Amino acid sequence: MNTVALEQKKKIHPHKFTLWMGIGSIVMMFAGLTSAYVVKRNQAGWISFDIPVAFWYSTAVMALSSLSLYMASKAFKERSMAQYRRLMLATMILGLAFVALQVIGFNKLWQSGLTLTSTVAYSFLYVIVGLHALHVLGGVIALVVMALKAFGTKTRVYSQLPVDLISTYWHFVDLLWIYLLIFLLMIR
Amino acid sequence: MSNVLSSQETAVHGVHDAHHEHHHHETFLTKYIFSQDHKMIAKQFLITGIIWAIIGGLFSVIFRFQLGYPDASFPWMEDLLGKWAPGGKLSPEFYYALVTMHGTVLVFFVLTAGLSGTFANFLIPLQIGARDMASPLLNMLSYWFFFLASVIMVASLFVQTGPASGGWTVYPPLSAIGDASIGSKIGMDLWLVSMAMFIVSSLLGGLNYITTILNMRTKGMSMTRMPLTIWALFFTAVLGVLSFPVLLSGAILLLFDRNLGTSFFLSDLIVAGKVLPNEGGSAILFQHLFWFLGHPEVYIILLPAMGMASEILSVNSRKPIFGYMAMVASLFAICILAFLVWAHHMFVTGLNPFLGSVFVLLTLLIAVPSAIKVFNWLTTLWRGNIRFTPGMLFAIGFVSLFISGGLTGIFLGNSALDIHLHDTYFVIAHFHIVMGVASFFGMYAGVYHWYPKMFGRYLNNTLAYIHFWVTLVGAYLIFWPMHYQGLAGVPRRYYDFSNWESFKQFNGLNEFISVVALVVFAVQLLFVFNFFYSIWKGRKVTDPNPWKSNTLEWTTPIRPGHGNWEGEIPEVHRWAYDYSKDGKDFIPQTEPVGADESKH
Repeated sequence: MNTVALEQKKKIHPHKFTLWMGIGSIVMMFAGLTSAYVVKRNQAGWISFDIPVAFWYSTAVMALSSLSLYMASKAFKERSMAQYRRLMLATMILGLAFVALQVIGFNKLWQSGLTLTSTVAYSFLYVIVGLHALHVLGGVIALVVMALKAFGTKTRVYSQLPVDLISTYWHFVDLLWIYLLIFLLMIR
Repeated sequence: MSNVLSSQETAVHGVHDAHHEHHHHETFLTKYIFSQDHKMIAKQFLITGIIWAIIGGLFSVIFRFQLGYPDASFPWMEDLLGKWAPGGKLSPEFYYALVTMHGTVLVFFVLTAGLSGTFANFLIPLQIGARDMASPLLNMLSYWFFFLASVIMVASLFVQTGPASGGWTVYPPLSAIGDASIGSKIGMDLWLVSMAMFIVSSLLGGLNYITTILNMRTKGMSMTRMPLTIWALFFTAVLGVLSFPVLLSGAILLLFDRNLGTSFFLSDLIVAGKVLPNEGGSAILFQHLFWFLGHPEVYIILLPAMGMASEILSVNSRKPIFGYMAMVASLFAICILAFLVWAHHMFVTGLNPFLGSVFVLLTLLIAVPSAIKVFNWLTTLWRGNIRFTPGMLFAIGFVSLFISGGLTGIFLGNSALDIHLHDTYFVIAHFHIVMGVASFFGMYAGVYHWYPKMFGRYLNNTLAYIHFWVTLVGAYLIFWPMHYQGLAGVPRRYYDFSNWESFKQFNGLNEFISVVALVVFAVQLLFVFNFFYSIWKGRKVTDPNPWKSNTLEWTTPIRPGHGNWEGEIPEVHRWAYDYSKDGKDFIPQTEPVGADESKH
């Protein structure tokens, strides 16, 4: 083995590092949006709003999905692949359920006349929550790819890296959602 | 799975089998188009950037014709622009479109993608001792997102209502209301979509640059042994990764306002006699979001030029860079301050004067790290054994322009003076010199210096010297007089000044500036000719280290393959600036430190 690769091993894997940097930039985007929100909140003509009930359910679903992914990652480490597959599938379904609940919440709002253009507060709610849901959907796509690979019989590569990457990202979008929810509850 | 394999391959591959092509069956398509080799991606960025620079430069030449000869008509202009120049006279609408696109193209497509896209890609792996970027795939995607952004922006030039024309800063309400002007229609949507693609491109690139610098350095290459180019590119990438997402959020909100009827930036304004249905929006909010990117963007453009100038000045003075750690610290200080000064673009928006004074203080603080850098460049040159290569001349020119343009920044950073100077030609002169032309000089310095590494040939020196002198003198002739115009109150972005009695004194000057602009543009075409001609016909490089430089890129073969080094990646034993030390002209970074060697 050569020196360079040995050096490399001591450090965090480049892809993991890239993901962390990417998370940093996603945080900056939401920081931009939420700070714009704060600026608007303090201007005249702001009308407060209510969070749809579905968002509470979706929060629970998101937390569950984080748990199931954590267990999946653990199962992967123990090489209990059947368990891993089941848990990956569960995480994927929970992820989709989360997005579905967000859509249901939006639907409720929309039907009660609180559309995208009703007030600036609701515009922000739709944009911020919608963008977050898109980030969750991105994670779901990654989960689908990984679940397909887990069910495929051809590849038998037990690399921890993809599991670690998706775990980091998934827990991040989970935390991001909890932050956004608390933010929207505190400042409305 | 493939990503894991490819990354491990990046870290390890080629160590046992350097330069073997076994893992790539290279075809024209994989070698030149969908290449994952950082050097080829760098060339793609550079050549796309050159094409954009020609287009963006041509825009400015055309609108300078209007400013220099407001009463004349040019039949060729009608041939070229059709309905946008009826009777050979540029229409006001298209004048605004040209000004907008000139700014957009030069700031983003040339001096961001063309500059850091090129040199971050080319130099980072070569100078830190890596086979390639941390993720060659993301790197390739970064270029192709840029390409997609380019295609969309070019397409916007050809839509019936013309490209975006609300200024490169796309302030609402002009950019938010489709009916505000013809340039606010589909051209504006395409602008926003193109910029979204562009932001994705620069994020993918930036993530890769940071990861590569922090994770992929060869043995012995500690952070404090890195050449200053790498430090500068590192801070550039950090700035981009943290500020571009904020612009993206602004662009998304603007797209909603334009197309879905939201009121983020729009309120019940009266436009064309009708009250808008919107309520409660704030146009100033967009300015905050825009300038939170916009100001770091200035340094995204400038820092790579600073880094390359530092390296080139040291190599060609045959002296160590003066104050290496001070250079790194000042880059860091600029990086931090860049995020804290955005509101100095907004002094006249009704900003709270107290807040304004805070931003004045923070803005003027940037003078400190800037002065440190200038001092260190000059002391690097001081009593050096200077070789006036074309790259060196452009690096010295960069320092000159950075000083001249930087000094006027002290005027503009003062909120009281800014009330008078805001939106005048003084601002145009300031940012063109300090950011536009200076960064171009950094870019040219880089191209002339690393061209032998990129293509294995030299550029023609005679053409290079003509290019340098005409551009340097021309840039000052164009922009220096604009300071006086600005002080006299001449506003920027106006189509025609001939109706103002007070501005008539500048008619001759405007004509002069336009003529010089044409000459300078023509000389840039000379450079483009030199660039492409030399790829095939230039003098061949025979010495792997033609500039007698210490850095790692010159330890590769003259034309390095994918993987950069044949055999093992060299180990680094010292910093990059051991020139004229212990009686030796230069000591490469790969040379072990001798027992009796003096400290630098």
